[in-house]
Amino acid sequence: MSSSPAIETADLVREFKKGPRAVDGVDIQVAPGEVFGFLGPNGAGKSTTVHMLTTLLPPTSGSARVAGHDVVEEGTRVRAAIGAALQEAALDPFLTGREHMKLQTALHGLPREQRARRGDELLGRVGLTDAADRKVGGYSGGMKRRLDLALALVHGPRILFLDEPTTGLDVQSRSALWAEVQRLASDDGVTVFLTTQYLEEADQLADRIAIIDRGKIVAQGTPDDLKDEIGRPSVEVIPAEPADLARMKSVLARFGESVASPPKAAAVRLSGGDAQLADVVRALDAEGIRVQHLQLHAPTLDDVFLAKTGRHLEGAGDGAAVEDAEPDPVAA
Amino acid sequence: MNRATALQVGTLARRSIVRTLRQPAMVVPALFFPLLLLAVNAGGLQRATDLPGFPADHYLDFVLAVCFVQGGLFAANSAGTNVANDIETGFLNRLSLTPLRKTALLMGQLAGVLALGLIQAVTFLVVGAIAGEGIHAGVAGALVIVALALLISLGFGSIGAFVALRTGSGEAVQGIFPLMFAALFLSSMALPRNLIETDWFREVATWNPVSYMLEGIRSLVITGWDGEALALGFACAGGVALIALVAAAAALRTQMVRT
Repeated sequence: MSSSPAIETADLVREFKKGPRAVDGVDIQVAPGEVFGFLGPNGAGKSTTVHMLTTLLPPTSGSARVAGHDVVEEGTRVRAAIGAALQEAALDPFLTGREHMKLQTALHGLPREQRARRGDELLGRVGLTDAADRKVGGYSGGMKRRLDLALALVHGPRILFLDEPTTGLDVQSRSALWAEVQRLASDDGVTVFLTTQYLEEADQLADRIAIIDRGKIVAQGTPDDLKDEIGRPSVEVIPAEPADLARMKSVLARFGESVASPPKAAAVRLSGGDAQLADVVRALDAEGIRVQHLQLHAPTLDDVFLAKTGRHLEGAGDGAAVEDAEPDPVAA
Repeated sequence: MNRATALQVGTLARRSIVRTLRQPAMVVPALFFPLLLLAVNAGGLQRATDLPGFPADHYLDFVLAVCFVQGGLFAANSAGTNVANDIETGFLNRLSLTPLRKTALLMGQLAGVLALGLIQAVTFLVVGAIAGEGIHAGVAGALVIVALALLISLGFGSIGAFVALRTGSGEAVQGIFPLMFAALFLSSMALPRNLIETDWFREVATWNPVSYMLEGIRSLVITGWDGEALALGFACAGGVALIALVAAAAALRTQMVRT
C-alpha cells in the first residue's frame, strides 16, 4: 500500500453563485486505510467537499488529490479508484436490487462472467440476498442505504466516500452499517471518508476526525486527542426543589464556566477537573440545596465543537450562514 | 461506437425500457389518450369529409396520423420525467461516478422512449387498420409509418430530455406539455392546410413542422406513396430530433459536470 496520502487537499475552496464560500480553505490529509470522520452540522460544507473530492464539482480554487490523482486534471483516474454513497441513496425505485447490481457492474466494465457473481456477493455481504429480486421502491431506508453501499463497492474501490450514510436510519440499521464500514477498513484496507453530523458515529468509527463549521476546519485529530484538548469534564445537577435552581447555579458558578443543560438543570465545566466533584457536593450541601440528580460528563466531541465554535453541534446548522448547497453546475 | 460504449448504451437502454414499462401511469395514458382523441374526432368531425377537396372519405383515416404525433408528445413527457427523476434523486451522480460516456447516457435514456414509441405505433396502426379503411400504402407503408413515428418520438423525447437536463425539474417537464399540445393543435391536425379558412391559422400551420409530420404519415394512410409529403415529414421530424438531441447533449454536458 502506498504511503502517500489517500486524500489530500490544500486550501480547497468552493464558492456558489450569489453565496458565501461553502468550503473555505480546507486542508486535510487522510492516510491509506484510515477511517476519516468529517463532522459538522447541516450546511457546514461537508457534502460540497465530498462532491469536489469525488470529481462531481470542480473546486473554485485550491487543490485536491485523491488516490494520488488531481481531482480536476485526472477525474477519470480518481473515479476509477473511489466508490461513493452520496447523501441520498440514489436508486431507481422501479428496478430490483439485483438489477441495480447488474447495471453498476456493467457500467464499471466488469467482464460478463464476473458481473452476476460480484453482484450476488455484495448483495449477500450487505444482507440483501432475500430482497434482491424486489423492486427498490419497496425497500426500507436501511435497505436502500445498504444497497447504496454495495453499489459503491462494485469495482473494488480503494477509497470509499460515505456522505451521511446513517441519517434517518433506525438504531439497528445504523449499527449494521457501522459494522460493515469497520469491516471494510480493517479487513479490506479500504480508506473511508465519512461525513456525519452524529457525534457518536464519528466517535465510534473514525480513526481521525476533522470538524468543519461554516466551510472551515475548526479542529482535526483523533477523537481522544480532540477531547483531551478540552480536558475538563462537566457536572450537571438537577435540584430536588425547582425553586432552588437559581441559587444552585450561583453555587456551581464558583467551580467553572456554565455550559448548556436541560431547562430544569444547571451545568458547569469544572475548571479544576473531576477532583472538584466532592467540593461541588459539599458546597451544595452547605447551601442546603438538596439534589435530585448529579452527573459527571467526560468531554465529548460536542464539547470540542462548542469550544471551537461557541455553539453546540446539534442544531448548529439551523440558520447557518453557509448553505451546503447541492452542486450548481453553472456556478463553477 | 466502441465495445465499451455499446455495452453502456445497451445497459442503460435496458434500464430505460424496463423502468418505462414498469410504470403503467406512463404507458397507459400514452396509449389511451391518443385513441380517445381519435374516437372523439372521428365521431364528431365526420361531416368535415363533405368539404370540397377533403382528401378522405372517412375522417378516422384522416385523423389517425394525429395519434402518432400525440404519442410523440407523451414521449417527451416520459423521457423528460425519467431524466428529471434521475437528476432529482441523485441517480445521475451515481452514473457520473462510473466510466459512463455522456453520449451513451443520452442514447440509453432515449431507448426507453423508442420502446414506448414502438408500442404506440403498432397499437395505433392496428386500431387504424381495424376501424378505418387500412393503410393505403400497404405493409411497407405501415413500416414506414412506424419509422416516422419513432423519429417523431425521438425528437419530442429529446426535447423532454433537454428541458429536464437544463432545469433538473420534473415540474418544468410537465410545464412544456401544454405548449407542445398547442403546437399540435396549431397544425393541420384537424383539416388539410388548404381548407383552413382563417389566414393566420393557415399561416401558422404552414410554418409548423408538426403539420408536415402529420402529412407524411397521413399520405401513407390515405393516398399511398407521396415522395414529397414523406420527404417533408422525415425532414421535419429528423430536423426536430437533430436540434433537440444537440441541445440535450449540450445540456447534459452542463448537468453532468464531473471533472
